[in-house]
Amino acid sequence: MTGEKIIESMKPMHDRSNGLGGGFAAYGIYPEYKDFFALHMFLDDRAARKSCEALLRETMEIVHAERIPTRTTPAITDEPLIWRFFVSPLRSVLASMQLNEEECVARAVMTINTQMKGAYVFSGGKNMGVFKAVGFPEDVGYFYRLEEYEAYSWTAHGRYPTNTPGWWGGAHPFALLDYSIVHNGEISSYDANRRFIEMFGYKCTLQTDTEVITYIADYLLRKQGLSLEEMASVIAAPFWSTIARKDECEQKKLLYLRKVFSSLLVTGPFSIILGFDGGLMALNDRLKLRSMVVGEKDDKVFIASEEAAIRVMEPGVENIYAPAGGEPVIVRVKEGKF
Amino acid sequence: MGIDYIYPQFEVIRNDGRCTNCRICEKQCANGVHVYDSVKKRMVCDESKCVNCQRCVCFCPAHALKIAKNDCTFRENANWDEDTIKELYKQAGSGGVLLSSMGNPKRFPVYWDRILINASQVTNPSIDPLREPMETRVFLGKKPSAIQRDEQGKLKCELPPQIELSMPVMFSAMSYGSVSYNAHACLAKAAQELGICYNTGEGGLHEDFYVYGENTIVQVASGRFGVYKDYLEAGAAIEIKMGQGAKPGIGGHLPGAKITGDVSRTRMVPEGTDAISPAPHHDIYSIEDLGQLVYSLKEATNHRKPIIVKVAAVHNIAAIASGIARSGADIIAIDGFRGGTGAAPTRIRDNVGIPIELALAAVDQRLRDEGIRNNVSLIVGGSIRSSADVIKAVALGADACYIGTAALLALGCHLCRSCQTGKCNWGIATQDPELVKRLDVHVGSQRLINLMTAWRHEIKEMMGGMGVNSIEALKGNRLMLRGIGMTDRELAILGISHAGE
Repeated sequence: MTGEKIIESMKPMHDRSNGLGGGFAAYGIYPEYKDFFALHMFLDDRAARKSCEALLRETMEIVHAERIPTRTTPAITDEPLIWRFFVSPLRSVLASMQLNEEECVARAVMTINTQMKGAYVFSGGKNMGVFKAVGFPEDVGYFYRLEEYEAYSWTAHGRYPTNTPGWWGGAHPFALLDYSIVHNGEISSYDANRRFIEMFGYKCTLQTDTEVITYIADYLLRKQGLSLEEMASVIAAPFWSTIARKDECEQKKLLYLRKVFSSLLVTGPFSIILGFDGGLMALNDRLKLRSMVVGEKDDKVFIASEEAAIRVMEPGVENIYAPAGGEPVIVRVKEGKF
Repeated sequence: MGIDYIYPQFEVIRNDGRCTNCRICEKQCANGVHVYDSVKKRMVCDESKCVNCQRCVCFCPAHALKIAKNDCTFRENANWDEDTIKELYKQAGSGGVLLSSMGNPKRFPVYWDRILINASQVTNPSIDPLREPMETRVFLGKKPSAIQRDEQGKLKCELPPQIELSMPVMFSAMSYGSVSYNAHACLAKAAQELGICYNTGEGGLHEDFYVYGENTIVQVASGRFGVYKDYLEAGAAIEIKMGQGAKPGIGGHLPGAKITGDVSRTRMVPEGTDAISPAPHHDIYSIEDLGQLVYSLKEATNHRKPIIVKVAAVHNIAAIASGIARSGADIIAIDGFRGGTGAAPTRIRDNVGIPIELALAAVDQRLRDEGIRNNVSLIVGGSIRSSADVIKAVALGADACYIGTAALLALGCHLCRSCQTGKCNWGIATQDPELVKRLDVHVGSQRLINLMTAWRHEIKEMMGGMGVNSIEALKGNRLMLRGIGMTDRELAILGISHAGE
C-alpha cells in the first residue's frame, strides 16, 4: 500500500487535531536496506549532523546517509534538517560491550536524544520509518511525499497537544527500534510509569505520555520477552474482579503479571496502536474512555478512532466493531508476505 | 510546695448549675481528680492530677464539665517557653530523664500540609467511583526483576511471598503491654474484617489472637519477647524492628509492675521482671548481620513469610534503606519522627529523627536510582493522619502506610500523652482490668472499620478526581503533587514542583 490512502483517511479526522503535530509510521518501506537500522533524525544544523555522525561512527557503520526527500508546501514551515542514516552496529563493539545490536542502537538513540543539542532521533527500526512534523497530518503526508513509499502497514496520527508545546519531535508516532506508538488520550499514570521505566535505562525527555508508552512496550516486549497479549494484560490490566472470574490457569497468569508489573499499569483515557515488525496491535484503556473501531476487508484490517476514517479508505468495509476496553486487537502480516 | 511547685496545667471548670452530683466523673477518672465532698455535698477536684484526657467531659451526663488550659503563666519569654521551664524544674528536682508518650508535639513543619493534590479538568476525564471500578488493593513484597518461562514457554507464575491488603493502610506496631488486651482485640478484629493487617509490636502474640494470623504481622524486636516457632508462623509477615520513629537509637523498657499475668505469659518474661529491649539487636552490629537475621527468619518459616525491616527515619535513611533492600528484606517500613510511642525520653522524642515525608521521598528516589525499587515494598508511618496523607504518601512512592495514633484516636484516645502512667481512662494504654474493660471490643473494632471505610471512600474520590482508577497507578506518581510555601531545596528532596509550575 502506498501512503496515499492513509493520508486520505486523515482528512475527515481534521478536527481531531489542531495543526500542531501530525505523523505516520510505515513498515516494509526499505527492502533494499532491510538488514540495517534506519535512523530518522531532526538536526538543527550542519554542525549537529557532523557531531551526530561522529558519535554514531564510534559504535556502528553508516552504510548510507541522505536527506529525507520532502516537498515545499506553505502548510509546513520551519523545518529542521531531516536525515536518515542506515546503520549497522560493529561486531567488535557488540562483543566488547556484551550487547546485542538492538540494545546498542537503543542506547545510541537515548544518548543522542538526551545529550546532543540540536539532534533528535525520531525513528530507528529496521525496514520501517516514522515521518512526522508540526502541521495537520494530511499536509505532513504531502510534505514527506508518502505516496512514493510502499508499506505493508501504516499508522497515522493528528495531534491536539495539551501538555506540551507543539514541536517536530513531539508529534506522533513515537518510536524506539521497530516499535512505534500512536496514541489518542492523556494518561493519568504518567509519572508512576515514567519513574518506574527510568530504572531500566530509558530517559523520558519529551514530557509527553506517548513517549513513556513506547518505552514500556520496548521494555516488556524486547527486554522482558512478554507476548503482545501479556503486555496488554500489564498496561491495561483486567480489574481484580474480572481476574477472579477467569479459570484458574488464566487467573494465575493475570495475577502474576499485575503484581510484578503493577507500576506499568496505564490509567486514564487512551487508544493506542503499536506498530511492530510484522504487524499492529490496537489497545484501549480498561475503562474504554476513548473511541476506537476496527473493520476488515479482504486481507486488510483497518483501525481508527472513528468509522469515518475507515470508510474513506474502504467504503465496502466489513465486520466493523468496537473492541472492549483492555481487549487487544493483534494483526499480523501473513508469513512470507514481506 | 516551694521551689518545685508547678501550678496545675489544666483547670477543671464545673458548671455548678448543671452538676447533679451524680459522681460519674469521680468513677471515670482513674487519676483521682474528682472527689465528692460529703460534708459540703458537692464535687470538688484536685486539678494537679488532671491530664486532660477528656474522659469526664465526654461522660458527664449534664455537660457540666470542661477542661481549660490554665492561664497561670510564667512571664512570657520567646526563648524560654513554659514547657521548657517546667521540665527544667522537674529535672532539677529529680535528677531524672524526662519521659513522654505519643508523637512529637513540637512545632516542626508538617510537609503533608504543604503538599496539594491534583485533579483532572478537560484534557483528562475525572472518574466517578460510584459508577466505575476504583481499585485500592495492594500486594507488598519482593517482585522478580525478570520473568521466567518453562520449557513450553508458559510463564512461571511463582512469586516470593506477598501480603495482600484491600487498601494501602495497616495498623502499626503496638505491643500487648503498652496497649491493653482489648485494644489488641479491636485492632485484630478490624484488620480481619477490613482485609488489612495489624501488628503485634514487640510484646508477643496473645494465644487468643492466633486466629487472626492472616491479618497479623508479628514483630521480632531486640528483646525477642514472645518469639518462638509458632509465633513466627502465625502471621502474614514477620517484622524485624530495628528502630522506632519516636525514639530512634534507643531501646525500650516495660516496668516489672506491668509484667503481670497474661502480659508475662505472652512476652515469655517472668512476672514482675522488667522487660528491657536493648538499643541494638545484640546479634546485629552491621548490615550483613541484619541479612543473617532476615535469612534465619526465612529459613525458620520455610520462605513462606515476607520479612519486613522497620527502621526509624534518620539522617542517612536513603543509604540505610538501600542497604536493607540488598539484605534480603522483602519490605522496608520507615517510621518518621512524629510517630507515637507508649513511653520515650522526651528529649529523644522531640529532637531525634527526620520527617517521614522527606525520608520517604529520599528513599523511594534512591531505590529507583539504584534500579531496585521493585525488589522491595515501602511502608511508611510516623504520623499519617488522614486519607489525604495516605494519597500523598502513595504519590510520593509508598506502597502502604502504617497508622498508630490515628487508630488509637478511633478507639477513644484523646491524645493526653500520658500513656507512660498506665492509667489510661480510655482503656487503651493500661493493664488495669477495671480500665481495660471500658474499651468495648465490638464498639472499638467497629469504629476502626468505620474509620478505614471512610478513608477508603475518600481515597477513591481523590483518585477518581485525578483520573486514576487503581492505586498502583498513583504509586510514585509525583506529578500529582505540588508543594506550597516550600524552598527549592525542600521541593527538590520531595521531587515535586511548586504549585503553579
